[in-house]
Amino acid sequence: MTERSGWARFQEVIRRDRQFGLVTEEKSLALLADERSERASLMRQSWRQFRESMRRDRQFDFMVAWKDLELDVSHGPILYVEDLNVSFDGFRAINHLNFYVDAGELRCVIGPNGAGKTTMMDIITGKTRPDSGSVFFGQKIDLLRLSEPEIAAIGIGRKFQKPTVFEQHTVFENLELAMAGDKRVFPTLFARLRVAQRDRIDEVLCIIGLGEQVRRPAGALSHGQKQWLEIGMLLMQDPHLLLVDEPVAGMTHQEMDRTAELLLSLAGRHSVVVVEHDMDFVRSIARRVTVLHQGSVLAEGSMDEVQNDPRVIEVYLGG
Amino acid sequence: MGLLRSMKGDTGGLVLLAVLALVAILVPVLNLAVPADNPWHVSTFTVTLLGKYLTYALLALAVDLVWGYLGILSLGHGAFFALGGYAMGMYLMRQIGERGVYGHPVLPDFMVFLNYTELPWFWHGFDQFWFAALMVVLVPGLLAFVFGWLAFRSRVTGVYLSIITQALTYALMLAFFRNEMGFGGNNGLTDFKDILGFDLTARTTRVALFVISALMLAMAYLACRAIVTSRLGRVAVAIRDAEPRVRFIGYRVDRVKLALFTFSAMLAGIAGALYVPQVGIINPGEFAPLNSIELVIWVAIGGRATLYGAVIGAVLVNYGKTWFTGVFPEAWLFALGGLFVLVTLLLPKGIAGLAGQMRNLRRRRGEPTAPLPDTATEATP
Repeated sequence: MTERSGWARFQEVIRRDRQFGLVTEEKSLALLADERSERASLMRQSWRQFRESMRRDRQFDFMVAWKDLELDVSHGPILYVEDLNVSFDGFRAINHLNFYVDAGELRCVIGPNGAGKTTMMDIITGKTRPDSGSVFFGQKIDLLRLSEPEIAAIGIGRKFQKPTVFEQHTVFENLELAMAGDKRVFPTLFARLRVAQRDRIDEVLCIIGLGEQVRRPAGALSHGQKQWLEIGMLLMQDPHLLLVDEPVAGMTHQEMDRTAELLLSLAGRHSVVVVEHDMDFVRSIARRVTVLHQGSVLAEGSMDEVQNDPRVIEVYLGG
Repeated sequence: MGLLRSMKGDTGGLVLLAVLALVAILVPVLNLAVPADNPWHVSTFTVTLLGKYLTYALLALAVDLVWGYLGILSLGHGAFFALGGYAMGMYLMRQIGERGVYGHPVLPDFMVFLNYTELPWFWHGFDQFWFAALMVVLVPGLLAFVFGWLAFRSRVTGVYLSIITQALTYALMLAFFRNEMGFGGNNGLTDFKDILGFDLTARTTRVALFVISALMLAMAYLACRAIVTSRLGRVAVAIRDAEPRVRFIGYRVDRVKLALFTFSAMLAGIAGALYVPQVGIINPGEFAPLNSIELVIWVAIGGRATLYGAVIGAVLVNYGKTWFTGVFPEAWLFALGGLFVLVTLLLPKGIAGLAGQMRNLRRRRGEPTAPLPDTATEATP
């Protein structure tokens, strides 16, 4: 099959239609003229766009260092994942995935094992490179061009499944180390805790509910408390987007409720994406749920919509 | 002010500094002012011996900074010590001048003996004390910087890094053994006459070197203490305990390691420079891998990650070594090995951790069934 431009194809269609007597000669000429004028207006429009893009005061994206790029969420979403594909040794872990997260949203991602949940997080945080597709943070920042620490620096924080805190340090010191700021060697050597920073640590301690444990070494905390401390460390980094991988694994019911409260209180100021297996937990926090299956989105909507979706039921129960 | 703040809560360190100050005053007095037949007299030999221990203590301090706080088990710190020693030795060699056996005005004896016609380029400048003093810190610092830059950037850690540091000091030993290197080969540098115009064999010079060693140790202790109590010190401990997490928080782990490793190497260089005029010789034997391993044992015995523990370990083990090699020399290495095994099994925190261990033991014996108060509150967040 030969590739042909839309215009040539249009002409051919008109010609064929006339041949079979489907349109009159005048009608076909009028159609062609219409099409022509439409094309002309399109060209005028694109010329305007071109002129717009060449304005003297405008800077090209590739000329701007990533540090100077500011997060632009004026169109709503903070995260754009579009037409993403990854395969490992022929296995398609992510398959034409489209996924958007709005600024300030709390989104839950569920799906059976191997659905691509963790792989998606790996790509967003720069750990894995996709085969094709695009991932944008806001409208301007292309995450696929940045390294892991750079992605951390522009405000995407990630909590891994297994909690890792600095066991020898106190809860306070853990938060202090994670605090956003100049992290080069000499500024760190001469760093003094300012009042505003101390207030910020107190605030986060309050949010994660570890005010009582502030002077205890993190190694002495319970499993659940370590998870909260790690979420607190994420908050100290002041991220715009938090990716939280299985926050309630191994928690008691009370701890789960507490974690649900915590994550809900974060939504609004931060955008949060939670990957979780525990359905009760997801039900208790989620406003919007995305179901992943075989590397692409199977369903998206409120928990009730998703649970009543026949495809979801088939994946989870039948199949 | 900053130094005072960093000493807060460091009882062991305060005791150490007080003892150092006391010794630095008392020993010179007992040596210079008390007549030799008085039982309180401290002989010049003992003064020099104590001075040597203090330089070892400084070296142990440097090792504790990178091993105890940063988790880098360097088995090559002897190399930085020896390089600092060689820099000082070169200055002392140039000071001999015409008083050498061959009486050559510029060339040291071994160069005349090996038929050198002129001074090798790297010996220039060492007739100036300030230049030599600069090299004492710059040469070990530069080596540590280049070595660390390559190693830490490629994320070489753990036992692999230890092996490379061991190889580094071994390679340097082999190189310095060669006469072609221009550092006196097998015999090293010796026969020193004077330092800054003072006779090295004089009693007052010996005492002055001892006092300077004590001062330098105290200053290095305060500097290390300031580092480990800063936020950088907390980052270092975090790197020791969970390196990938630190990277994820946004710190450049390789840079932190490089900075502290280089600083530690410079301290080791200073220790070597103070060691050489007191013992009167520096030779390639100082690069021997065994030395570097021994000094790690000092730190382990004294207690890691306390700083003052390293000082205690270095002084005690070396005192033991002096005593043992006097009484029955063959048994020393067995005694050292046995000590190391004992400390590893019974005192995981070394001598410095002994007090805390005793306290825990007493507490456990005092209230055998009651749970600790802080574990009870843990359940309710």
